[in-house]
Amino acid sequence: MTEASRAVPDFSNWSCPLPLVGYPSIVMGHGGGGKLGNELVEHLFLPAFRNPALENLGDAAVLDLPAGKLAMSTDSFVVRPLFFPGGSIGELAVNGTVNDLAVSGAEPKYLSASFILEEGFPLAQLAAIVEAMAAAAKTAGIQIVTGDTKVVERGHGDGCYINTAGIGALRPGIQVGPHRAQAGDAILVSGTIGDHGMAIMSVREGLEFESQITSDCAALNGIIADVLAAAGNSIHAMRDPTRGGLASTLNEIALASSVGIEIDEASMPVRTQVQSACELLGLDPVYVANEGKAVFFVAPEAAEQVLAVLRAHPLGREAARIGQVTAQHPRMLVARTAMGANRVIPIQIGEQLPRIC
Amino acid sequence: MKYLTEFRNGEIAQRIAREIHQVATRPWKIMEVCGGQTHSIIKNGIDQMLPAGIEMIHGPGCPVCVTPLELIDKALAIAAQPGVIFCSFGDMLRVPGTECDLFQVKSAGGDVRVVYSPLDAVELAVKNPDRQVVFFGVGFETTAPANAMSVHIAKRRGIKNFSLLVSHVLVPPAIVAIMGSPGNLVQGFLLAGHVCSVMGYWEYPPIAEKYKIPLVVTGFEPLDLLDGIRRAVIQLEAGKYEVENAYERIVTFDGNQGAQKLLAEVFEVTDRAWRGIGVIPKSGWRLSADYREFDAEERFHITGIHTQESPLCRSGDVLRGTIKPAHCSAFGEECTPRHPLGATMVSSEGACAAYYNYGRFISAEELAGAGAGLSAAVKG
Repeated sequence: MTEASRAVPDFSNWSCPLPLVGYPSIVMGHGGGGKLGNELVEHLFLPAFRNPALENLGDAAVLDLPAGKLAMSTDSFVVRPLFFPGGSIGELAVNGTVNDLAVSGAEPKYLSASFILEEGFPLAQLAAIVEAMAAAAKTAGIQIVTGDTKVVERGHGDGCYINTAGIGALRPGIQVGPHRAQAGDAILVSGTIGDHGMAIMSVREGLEFESQITSDCAALNGIIADVLAAAGNSIHAMRDPTRGGLASTLNEIALASSVGIEIDEASMPVRTQVQSACELLGLDPVYVANEGKAVFFVAPEAAEQVLAVLRAHPLGREAARIGQVTAQHPRMLVARTAMGANRVIPIQIGEQLPRIC
Repeated sequence: MKYLTEFRNGEIAQRIAREIHQVATRPWKIMEVCGGQTHSIIKNGIDQMLPAGIEMIHGPGCPVCVTPLELIDKALAIAAQPGVIFCSFGDMLRVPGTECDLFQVKSAGGDVRVVYSPLDAVELAVKNPDRQVVFFGVGFETTAPANAMSVHIAKRRGIKNFSLLVSHVLVPPAIVAIMGSPGNLVQGFLLAGHVCSVMGYWEYPPIAEKYKIPLVVTGFEPLDLLDGIRRAVIQLEAGKYEVENAYERIVTFDGNQGAQKLLAEVFEVTDRAWRGIGVIPKSGWRLSADYREFDAEERFHITGIHTQESPLCRSGDVLRGTIKPAHCSAFGEECTPRHPLGATMVSSEGACAAYYNYGRFISAEELAGAGAGLSAAVKG
């Protein structure tokens, strides 16, 4: 055995007569549907994700689902670097799809996982990613029931891309949607904003800076279940503000519901470290990505109750009420600045670009 | 970091604003020179706090905005060459040249990288000895020391594959040009605090004396800006015209002398074309003879560039302060941050982009009325 293959944690009970010992990294054959590909399934994916639906290894997973409506969502993950403070592409791939289902009012049940791997990608890293996915799935209480692996030639990918798709059971009676926000709704956010984006930024090649900022990557189905159980009928819209940050999510809801949104900048929870890093780079935390936060549009009479439910959950201790929906200035997001003046927060065009000075 | 809260205290801001209201008896037009100050004024809504007669005119202090289109076209041509690693600060990437921008060059296969310091570009040159690494060094006196340091280090270490596409511009000649232009409206200036942190403010007393205008060295946080405006208004009301330092925690009269010594060694004063304004004599720096070998323009000899400005764009009038962005007929119509016709719409520090991004396309009353019921409902 080579040193590298010994470092792969998931290959300890390797039994195949022609194991991957010669291949500490991904080779084209791993995606070829032959023996090498099967070995990945048998010795890596299956032990990590093990569940009855997956174990059949059929062409499709056969699932049990409650009667009623289903929700389905898919997302592809191309984050760079693959490992960052507070997580990896593995947690992101599971939590991202789980959260999309959860904010739709569904209870996430099953996920698929497809890997596009670059030739030469270290198996040890793949194993670490798969372990992270398995742990995230366990935490979120969902099962990864089907998957696929393809390999692209060296230079045609960034090591590892993952696509996940998920199915959830829609809770009966819950009606949420980005078009359902109403004038008067209180806007609550489940915690600090901008953590994930700045954690990634702090380790991105060429921009590295020292910080203790960690990604907020987390599955939100638990905290959302608590909120819906307590005040399901009062929740009009929910979203997880990922790419484009809180500003993009609020703008999307303002557009979809044709309402105006007012937020108070001073009430937005932002970690000092994140704020400082944003200042340094000339970025605005309202546009920075989150991976474990949800925004709730709540009927005003239930706002305090929902805030209390959020703060009682480990993921919502820093939840805050940050604004409200108004019939004025429809389709526009306006922030009250700390100076007491107002500014419009527009939809961002492309990525935020660091300023010269 | 305390500066994030101490200099953004809403109550103190209201107090300073009230003082400005009490002091101001007449209308005054004050120019903030620096694009970073424009950004902060608009972002924080500081102009909304001032008496109606106090007008802030947004000056030509955004380095992205005043960089001539021809130089951007040159940058695009160099970045598209095989074997080149073209490094730039982030906000130059979206600045459109005559035909495309750096993002498009990158998507077509050009190796374009965002760096935070020209010194990172020097390191890239060391790591990639078979590639030509070019840093796009634009900006005012603020960014000049780091650019100077990059070529200084490259020369000292004998790094042959690093060069600087450089176009530095200087604040004092711009102020002189604005004061000397026919129809000038500006009666006082907020001097750019970061420029003065490098250069000090010893260059400015003769300008204050000659044009009889107050010049106030001013920072970038809301309270810095309000204090700078307050001091300028007090001087204007009293008929004074002094150079005053409202950014003492950063700026000294002499500035950073080590940096100035390096700048004098690496750069020499030259005439510079300012986009939208034209050539201002002795208003920029280029690499001095000793460092000319690191000049990317010399190294790459780009020819055949056909630069064409949009005929609709009035960014020159905006940069001179003779119109507000919304007074341009293309503003928000043909020209938006997504499809910028001129550089003042591209950079987030550009006056047009700042107006567009912070919603100055709706009326001041509408904006002031927005969020009326907010403060009572919101809790931290």
